[in-house]
Amino acid sequence: MTVLGNAKLRSAADLKHMQEELRARHTPSAKCVRVCTGPGCAAKGSPRLYELFCEAVERTGADVEIEAKSVGCHGLCECGPIVLIQPGNIFYQKVEEPDVAEIFRETILGDRVVEKLLYENPATGQKAVTPEEITFYKVQKRIALAGNGLIDPTNIGDYIAEGGYIALAKVLSSMTPEEVISEVEAAGLRGRGGGGFPTARKWRSCREADGSPKYVICNGDEGDPGAFMDRAIMEGNPHAVIEGMIIGAYAIGSEQGYIYVRNEYPLSVERLKLAIEQARELGVLGEKILGSSFSFDIRINRGGGAFVCGESTALMASLEGRPGEPRAKYIHTVESGLHGRPTNLNNVETWANVPAIVNHGGEWFSSIGTEKSKGTKVFCLVGKVVNTGLVEVPMGITLRRIVEEIGGGIAGGKRFKAVQTGGPSGGCIPAEHLDARVDFDELTKLGSMMGSGGMIVMDEDTCMVRVAKYFTNFLQKESCGKCTPCREGLSQMLYILERVTKGEGEVGDVEELEGLADLLGGTALCALGKTAANPIVSTIRYFRDEYDAHIKEKRCPAKECRGLFRYEIDSEACTACGICLKNCPADAITGEKKVPHVINQEKCTLCGMCWEKCPFTAVLKV
Amino acid sequence: MTEENKLIGQIVDLYDGEVGMLIPMMQDLQAECGYLPADHLRCLSRHLKVPLSRLYAVVTFYSSFRLSPKGAHEVTLCLGTVCYLKGAGSISEAIIREFRVEPGGTTRDRLFSFNAVNCVGACAVAPVMLVDGKYYHGVTPESAIEVLYGLSADKIAAEKEGSA
Repeated sequence: MTVLGNAKLRSAADLKHMQEELRARHTPSAKCVRVCTGPGCAAKGSPRLYELFCEAVERTGADVEIEAKSVGCHGLCECGPIVLIQPGNIFYQKVEEPDVAEIFRETILGDRVVEKLLYENPATGQKAVTPEEITFYKVQKRIALAGNGLIDPTNIGDYIAEGGYIALAKVLSSMTPEEVISEVEAAGLRGRGGGGFPTARKWRSCREADGSPKYVICNGDEGDPGAFMDRAIMEGNPHAVIEGMIIGAYAIGSEQGYIYVRNEYPLSVERLKLAIEQARELGVLGEKILGSSFSFDIRINRGGGAFVCGESTALMASLEGRPGEPRAKYIHTVESGLHGRPTNLNNVETWANVPAIVNHGGEWFSSIGTEKSKGTKVFCLVGKVVNTGLVEVPMGITLRRIVEEIGGGIAGGKRFKAVQTGGPSGGCIPAEHLDARVDFDELTKLGSMMGSGGMIVMDEDTCMVRVAKYFTNFLQKESCGKCTPCREGLSQMLYILERVTKGEGEVGDVEELEGLADLLGGTALCALGKTAANPIVSTIRYFRDEYDAHIKEKRCPAKECRGLFRYEIDSEACTACGICLKNCPADAITGEKKVPHVINQEKCTLCGMCWEKCPFTAVLKV
Repeated sequence: MTEENKLIGQIVDLYDGEVGMLIPMMQDLQAECGYLPADHLRCLSRHLKVPLSRLYAVVTFYSSFRLSPKGAHEVTLCLGTVCYLKGAGSISEAIIREFRVEPGGTTRDRLFSFNAVNCVGACAVAPVMLVDGKYYHGVTPESAIEVLYGLSADKIAAEKEGSA
């Protein structure tokens, strides 16, 4: 830790001075190795790479300044672990332990590029040296993720050197709370947690509400499966979230904040805790921030593992030590939220956008995006695309550019079927709407929603009825059970979908599902219940033929629902190796040496063992 | 009795006895004991002057709390959307079949507790399984079972060492 030797900062000028000092300390010839330790790269062993680089730095006798940094998610998780070298911004991908010595010798000490670790464009075969040359990064625009992959999230000095807490200093030294709100209003920032509610309007309502104390909350209960945007920000750039919260608290008039973090993210808790300690020590958080009369502090709470706690009133119930059951919102939480006091809740990504808005101005922010959706949005592009990872794009970009240019198209040469956005309560968007623009209203029109930013790509092998069943099953388990439509409606819909995927569907099931969906949307208590039928409604809307095939023909077109397709052996591909025959638990396969094997359909139990075991992919699903 | 009283007292003091901090208190208790023993919950209820029924309402609402001891190892399988699309369902089935353990349960020999969770946020490298916090990515039913049998051997080795 380099900064903690410094005394508490007592003014905006102190902070500027510190920033200049930190920047001056950095010599232009210094080398820097940045190892991504975001969730994807960490799962592939990057923390060990970081250790090895640190050891190499310590051992070297060379007369150059070298620094190794562990940084947050860089985005292209598919190609992880990722290592970046300065100067030159050289991008190495799929780095393994034995490569560390080579990178150190060749690139860091020798200024030479290690060709084999560069990213290769699969279409042209061209190698890219820097991230800017890679299409995946070229199409993106980074605001919320600007510091990710650049700074060491455990060092507040790194954040300050990159311009951190300057927005806070500006706010405290030269802006009134009303001016801050007006700036955010001019930016046109809308809630990134999924609701898309105008942030400035929420802040103003909370500021004007009667009652004190007032609370601000950061919702880090990222419960949507298939989404890790907030995790990446909390772990990769925690100070951006904290700075955003302090600015918001100043605008609203709050002295106490909470960050509610999902139980499954222990590292996020650790990083945020450390960041809060460092911020307090430096005087940008706590009593009399930067010598002003404004005081504000933050407490971290861990969730208990309940999806519904992402809903604002349920989250507040959980913060009060109660089961996370939502309440009806005829009284808004900005008037009566946590402990019955005015409470302003925003999502991690929303908070992380605030410092950039203050620094560059609302006008700058609103110049990006579409008429009603401004700025950028972070998405987790995952599923069956070539380049999976974390991406940030300007609002208004088409889905096609995200899937095809950034994502690199569908993996394995398969055909695109749908992209699922908005988490479990979102919907599936089919190929014919790939040219739709990504913004809050456009996605809602298509029967899906922006949600918090999961974007799951599905190919031709995905059965859409099963997708609907998966999400319904998820929501049925996570329903808190307080209101009847959600508790009973989801169980009933799940029961129908179970039957359909088993081949026991009846004519009229689809209409029954639609009726229940309608009822749920109109009568459920909270957003979880009201939107819970979206996966079913959107798959019926765009993939009705798949439902009909399951119900009327007892056939699964994607060949995923067991029992609704058959296995056959391709006699030309079969080498008569006998592996399937040995593994068949039902003795349903016959054949001899040099004679292609055959499945006896009457004996076959459709277990799929032969399909899994065949080394020549001669077993086909038909 | 005195020991659990002392522990609960420490935890309650850490949060200034604030009833609103009930969830963090129970998280700390679980981190200490590995689960929430009934005696400890009764003790906590007395300390906070909150009915035991309310404690149980909270414990049974949140999936991360457990009322029975956990196994020697903690196995977490992600069943998030992406992991599911990439075959986590069949991995779960294989573990259930092979070790006769249901999600949320513990194997009969207490070797490991098996949790199926909604998403661990490592979707880019799905399917993902965690064993004692260590990530395994791109898991298949075969590789998952191999890893879990590996645990078995470790434990037997450790026990042999212990007895020798």
